[in-house]
Amino acid sequence: MLYSRRMTRAARLQLLSLYENIELVERVLNEMCRSERVGEETCYWVGMAVREALANAIKHGNKLSAEKRVLVEVTLDPAEALEIVVEDEGEGFDPAGVADPTDPGNLMRSSGRGVFYMRQFMDEVDFSLAERGGTRLRLRKNLNARRSE
Amino acid sequence: MKTKIRDVGNVRILDLEGKITIGAGDVELRKQIEDSVSAGFTNILLDFKGVSHIDSSGIGELVGCYTTISRRGGKMKLLNLTQKITDILHVTQLITVFDVFDNEQEALASFSA
Repeated sequence: MLYSRRMTRAARLQLLSLYENIELVERVLNEMCRSERVGEETCYWVGMAVREALANAIKHGNKLSAEKRVLVEVTLDPAEALEIVVEDEGEGFDPAGVADPTDPGNLMRSSGRGVFYMRQFMDEVDFSLAERGGTRLRLRKNLNARRSE
Repeated sequence: MKTKIRDVGNVRILDLEGKITIGAGDVELRKQIEDSVSAGFTNILLDFKGVSHIDSSGIGELVGCYTTISRRGGKMKLLNLTQKITDILHVTQLITVFDVFDNEQEALASFSA
């Protein structure tokens, strides 16, 4: 559902734990970015971070369970920031346990880069415990210096 | 993701198009590499000109395929990376692992060098 609140636009989605739903969220994000004239570069990299967040929620959080949902909230204030919250219904996640993928010993590992990419592409990445026990991930991209893109 | 296959001498070129992302493109990339190896090709050139997105799962498959082919004595190289794909490989320092070309003839010649 899309709705307007003054200058802020927001969307809230409840998704089945299916990878194809990542495309749906990206379409919503792209539409919001286009309508508020957020730069293509910013939108692309935020989209990549959101892809990683959703992939983790679906795969590692909900373990592809048909019984579990992923909640996504996108809030866009063109004068301030683009913020996305992703919640899963899994067992929780400790980001401190993620190894540095740029460490020479990890360079050729076939996994373990998702959180690193999110931190590269966004200004803020916070993990916390969701109310229902899963992982709540908040991604924020500041926009006030990027309107000219 | 869509793939077009071209064989030039002992090199298989895979022209990739679309997204190499979790649950779709990553699986397709692995299948294409496995099929190429099964067909006798251990020199593989991946053309990224038409690739718009690659996520960490796609990168993981890329690394896995590179390792598989290297263990078989072959080579996997990358062609026509967009600036965004280059940036994605750069931040994880994987750009230092892969041989990257922006000219197909030079890439093909490098396999016999």
